[in-house]
Amino acid sequence: MIKTMALFAISLFMLVACGEAGDAQLEKNASNETEAVASGESVGNDGLGVGPIKSVTIGALDAAMAKEGEDIFAKNCTACHKIDAKFVGPALAGVTERRKPEWIMNMIMNPEQMVKEDPVAKELLAEFLAPMANQNITEDQARKIVEYFRQVDSK
Amino acid sequence: MKTKLFLILALALSIVLTGCDSDGGKGSKAGMIGSNAAEKVYVAPGEHDEFYAFLSGGFSGQVSVYGLPSGRLFKVIPVFSQDGEKGYGYNEETKPMLETSHGFVPWDDSHHPELSQTDGVPDGRFLFINGNNTPRIAKIDLRTFETTEIIEIPNSAGNHSSPFTTENSEYLVAGTRFSIPITETDVSVKEYAEKFQGMLTFVSVSPDEVGDMEIDFQILMPGFDYDLAHSGKGPSHGWTFFTTYNTEKASTMKEVNASQNDKDFIAAVNWKKAQEYIKAGKFHTMPSNYLNNEYSDHTHMATSKKMTSTRVLIPSECPGLVYYLPTPKSPHGVDVDPSGEYIVGNGKLSADLTVHSYSKMIKAIEAKAFEKEIDGIPVLKYDQVVAGVVEKPGLGPLHTEFDGKGFAYTTFFISSEVVKWKLGTWEIVDRIPSYYSVGHLMIPGGDSRKPWGKYLVSLNKITKDRYLPTGPELAHSAQLYDISGDKMELLLDFPTIGEPHYAQAIAADVIKDKSLKYYKLDDNKHPYAVKNEKDTRVERKGNEVHVYLTTIRSHFSPDWIEGVKLGDVVYFHLTNLEQDWDVPHGFAIKGANNAELLVMPGQTETLKWIPKSVGMFPMYCTDFCSALHQEMQGYVRVHPANANVKLSWGLGENETQGK
Repeated sequence: MIKTMALFAISLFMLVACGEAGDAQLEKNASNETEAVASGESVGNDGLGVGPIKSVTIGALDAAMAKEGEDIFAKNCTACHKIDAKFVGPALAGVTERRKPEWIMNMIMNPEQMVKEDPVAKELLAEFLAPMANQNITEDQARKIVEYFRQVDSK
Repeated sequence: MKTKLFLILALALSIVLTGCDSDGGKGSKAGMIGSNAAEKVYVAPGEHDEFYAFLSGGFSGQVSVYGLPSGRLFKVIPVFSQDGEKGYGYNEETKPMLETSHGFVPWDDSHHPELSQTDGVPDGRFLFINGNNTPRIAKIDLRTFETTEIIEIPNSAGNHSSPFTTENSEYLVAGTRFSIPITETDVSVKEYAEKFQGMLTFVSVSPDEVGDMEIDFQILMPGFDYDLAHSGKGPSHGWTFFTTYNTEKASTMKEVNASQNDKDFIAAVNWKKAQEYIKAGKFHTMPSNYLNNEYSDHTHMATSKKMTSTRVLIPSECPGLVYYLPTPKSPHGVDVDPSGEYIVGNGKLSADLTVHSYSKMIKAIEAKAFEKEIDGIPVLKYDQVVAGVVEKPGLGPLHTEFDGKGFAYTTFFISSEVVKWKLGTWEIVDRIPSYYSVGHLMIPGGDSRKPWGKYLVSLNKITKDRYLPTGPELAHSAQLYDISGDKMELLLDFPTIGEPHYAQAIAADVIKDKSLKYYKLDDNKHPYAVKNEKDTRVERKGNEVHVYLTTIRSHFSPDWIEGVKLGDVVYFHLTNLEQDWDVPHGFAIKGANNAELLVMPGQTETLKWIPKSVGMFPMYCTDFCSALHQEMQGYVRVHPANANVKLSWGLGENETQGK
């Protein structure tokens, strides 16, 4: 908890400093990445995130859906996300273990509100500083991206 | 401590109050400003205006979009002039928009914005505007607020009486303010009276969502100056009225010589009759060179079509096509009231305002009440067509619009005022000064069947002392009046871009929900688009280098390029991968001889760049896009012409070697 508050204080400072943030601060922040991700366990919205997705039914892995999800991901997301490495945004390997599917879909479909209201998304913004782009992904497309992530994480 | 603060506040307040008091002396400049004028124009932060107003930029060649009643500027839409801010006319995609039969013409004089109509009411689909100097009509799509078509008007010179729509935008019109020898031949100006003629052009607009403009037909008229126009509505739908001056056919010192006749004419053209004659094949095919430039929202590109002929009708061969209505003296504006019955001729050198009656005109035609004929065009008897006269309303009447409640409002340039009068009784009911020298006026929908008769904007030619001085050149000015009550009330001055020659306005609700937020990447059919970072690349074709570039917050892909050589012509084809509202990215590279690119989400645009020296050339995003906007930059290395190097490029850990 103390850690979270300290992080929050740093992020607040970053927001105030805004465009003036120097390289030193950026590096300092980057080193906190794993901690920020880890602190995502203590979420006020039961880890569902904020947005249109309230509940998602997850069944056996659907390979066809995952394939479609991979295409949608390649087209709309890879400019900023890689699976295995931090890029403009966080690395996405293991994301289905860290986050609930609802949270992932809300983050994809409703990033503006998520980074304002969801505690984990807020911390991620403070850490990466580039706001997640809203690519106007539909619910159906977002669900397929989740299936792709599940497939990646199952391997 | 608290007492001190209070004292300071009190002092500050007293200064403010004193400041207000000293303003009291300016009462004469403010005119009859009501005490609640500020309240009436105040649109609170975050709130939206009630109307969109489209003001022509006059000699800026553009259109500016304002909100009413606030007078806030939202956008300048580039139309006839290059615009470095948006790359319009500089990027490869929009250059063809400014091509004409005279070559690339990167400027014009834009006069009359005209909203498309359905059933005589502005429908919010398109805005049209004329280019006066090199005769053209442009179309702006009101989903994107971008210019999507420009058509050149051949056999014309000074496209002033344009574009003025018919009731369902079946046609836009284009009358020439200069008669010329047709077709253009080597003739002396001294032969004006014998050899010069005026052309009236009817441009059709397709009723679909494209609104494709085509020249349907032209009418070859006597060599007068065709000044302004308006089409009939309701019962008079099917007719278009054009004012004329210089019926003297003077060719020099027109200031005096074109003002000799007691009466000039309003030409009444029966365009439904014209359609019958066209169908019956009674036209002449005239060789005419003109361009029709169209921009596609799918390819994000403009293309120019070369056109080679027009269909021309000659009135003496087509009885019933055109009649002249005698109108005193050098009528400027011709304005048809919402009922379609009254045709107001604003005789700019006349002491009175002449109003013709459509129903009387039809009776006079049936009764053949002709005074004479000019080149086969019957001149109707004045007393058989006139409905009434507004006596001595002011000096120099120019234009009239209507409030839909039975009143007309006319501008007077010389006496610098707007005069309100009653249709049918012709009595003057109110007048209010304008600051200064008003030309056109605009009531939202005020030229249509259903005006929103709440506000009136006067579009003034002279500003003088209205704003803080800015050297010899001053901003032009628009003034907003409340016309909802019996008395007109001045509410607001606001400065404008270029000359606010004319304007049109429409209730915001008709347009705002249809406004496009971004272009869908999936629909992008640009031949050089890349929709995925992994497809970004650099290709060489001889000395042409094509860079398939993408942007997303906040990097270019690729963000470094090597292997460009002196003598190469580089084309940056930039696709903005963003799929959200309000996330354009810009692109600029050092030494470019054109402008930036400003690429909307989902769009592709191309900048041509010819490096002039060996070295490292930075490129960067010009439109502040995120907290890491300053990091959105890259390099292009230019080698000597004879360097033996291959193209290479990359982003982050990815690196590719090309040919």
